[in-house]
Amino acid sequence: MSVFFAQHVAALRQALRRLFAAPLNTFLSLLVIGIALALPSAGWVALDNLRDIAGSTSGVQQVSIFMALDASKKDVSEVEARLREAKPGNWRFVAKDDALKRLQESEGMAEIITSLPKNPLPDAFIVEPADTRPEALEQLAKTFSGWSKVAHVQLDSAWVKRFDAFLRIGKLTVTLLAGLFAAALVAVTFNTIRLQILAQAAEIEVAKLIGATDAFIRRPFHYFGALQGALGGLFAALLVGAGGRLLAAPVGELVALYGGSFVLRGLSPDGIAVLALIGAALGWLGAQLSVSIHLRRVG
Amino acid sequence: MISASAVGKRYPEGLEALRDVSFEITAGEMVFITGHSGAGKSTLFRLLAAIERPTSGSIVVNGQNLSALRRSAIPYLRRNFGLIFQDQKLLFDRSVLDNVLLPLAIVGLPAREAVRRARAALDKVGLLDREKAHPIALSGGEQQRLAIARAVVNRPAILLADEPSANLDPESAAAILEIFHAFHQVGVTVVIATHDPQWLARFSPRVLRLERGQLLGDAA
Repeated sequence: MSVFFAQHVAALRQALRRLFAAPLNTFLSLLVIGIALALPSAGWVALDNLRDIAGSTSGVQQVSIFMALDASKKDVSEVEARLREAKPGNWRFVAKDDALKRLQESEGMAEIITSLPKNPLPDAFIVEPADTRPEALEQLAKTFSGWSKVAHVQLDSAWVKRFDAFLRIGKLTVTLLAGLFAAALVAVTFNTIRLQILAQAAEIEVAKLIGATDAFIRRPFHYFGALQGALGGLFAALLVGAGGRLLAAPVGELVALYGGSFVLRGLSPDGIAVLALIGAALGWLGAQLSVSIHLRRVG
Repeated sequence: MISASAVGKRYPEGLEALRDVSFEITAGEMVFITGHSGAGKSTLFRLLAAIERPTSGSIVVNGQNLSALRRSAIPYLRRNFGLIFQDQKLLFDRSVLDNVLLPLAIVGLPAREAVRRARAALDKVGLLDREKAHPIALSGGEQQRLAIARAVVNRPAILLADEPSANLDPESAAAILEIFHAFHQVGVTVVIATHDPQWLARFSPRVLRLERGQLLGDAA
């Protein structure tokens, strides 16, 4: 057991030595791996943040029922009665005159509205449904549209659904991107290890001749690949973090313009660890592929 | 310890390097394999070290039939051997000491013990004061002695050498021979492929004479 442990420590040391022996090469490899991992993780962080924005602005789901312009008081009270009966959740009535008054209070609108010959706004009910599942909302909207003198039912969750669909596409894109870049990482490691094997052909040959097992010869390369990948992952986290810092202020201002408040979230410590682990795993894979193909040709 | 029976080796190109070679070497023996170049000495060396497999017959080392050996078992078999190659196969990118440390790293000896043993091996071949040098800075005789130090550092039961005096001046060759003899005297089985007549005269050892791939003589 201690021999096993010592050999792993020795292999790790050797891998570290090789990393530091060619600092420029190592830096370039880390740069490539870092960028390859940074792009999909930046995409992931962006999607994560977008989801936050969506969550903060659509906290309350609303269904608006707009009456027809020619709806009478009787029609309105009929809808009110139906609502009372249906108990869809909280609801309130917005009379067309109240709506006009509110609109007049908005800056710049007063003039426009006084110039209008008559009130263009309909009476409206704003319902905050108790059940906010998309299907339930759809069902409600359908029911409301069927009532008489209801001109239009607006489901405020529609845009949320569109946004969700957009997020799904984003997620898929990021996943595809991640797959491509993962392949790139494997390829980079594959090639680095190939060059190392060629450079160390003499040592590998001698080691094999004097009793080294395949595992002994492969071990330092595996460690090298995994280490390089893990460091590349950390480098990627650094890039994403730096990008996030640069973007935080302008994004904050932008969201503030829309009246929201929003803190750009970067990678969590867990996220950084996952990134390093993914890098290590892909690096290991690249090393394994390279070693299994190239070692046979040596010695 | 080593037993060859009806060993033949034919290369794919059709060259028959060895034909029907049989011999026994008992533990602790010192045996020379001689013959002109091309007689099959190096081929026999490669078969004994399990670098190649015979195309017919069988070689048994330490009770293990080399032809039937699984690939994964070969490294462990090799650790019984101290191998000295014709081209030495030293690593020129590292120090003398690190060259000798390689076999110990392979078996996973702790670093401190490994360094102690490597120094002892270097001492035996008279290179202790050169441990920090790089092999390129050594003379031909010193390089050969370094190769021996690397071969014996694991305390192998069998020393196998292929033309260890090639390219050496007579004095260096004689010094090398003394080293082999010293290992023989402490009980190591020593098998040396050579065509150097000086060596045969010195100890009048057992000689296996090869000619055109056949064993012509086995004489003490």
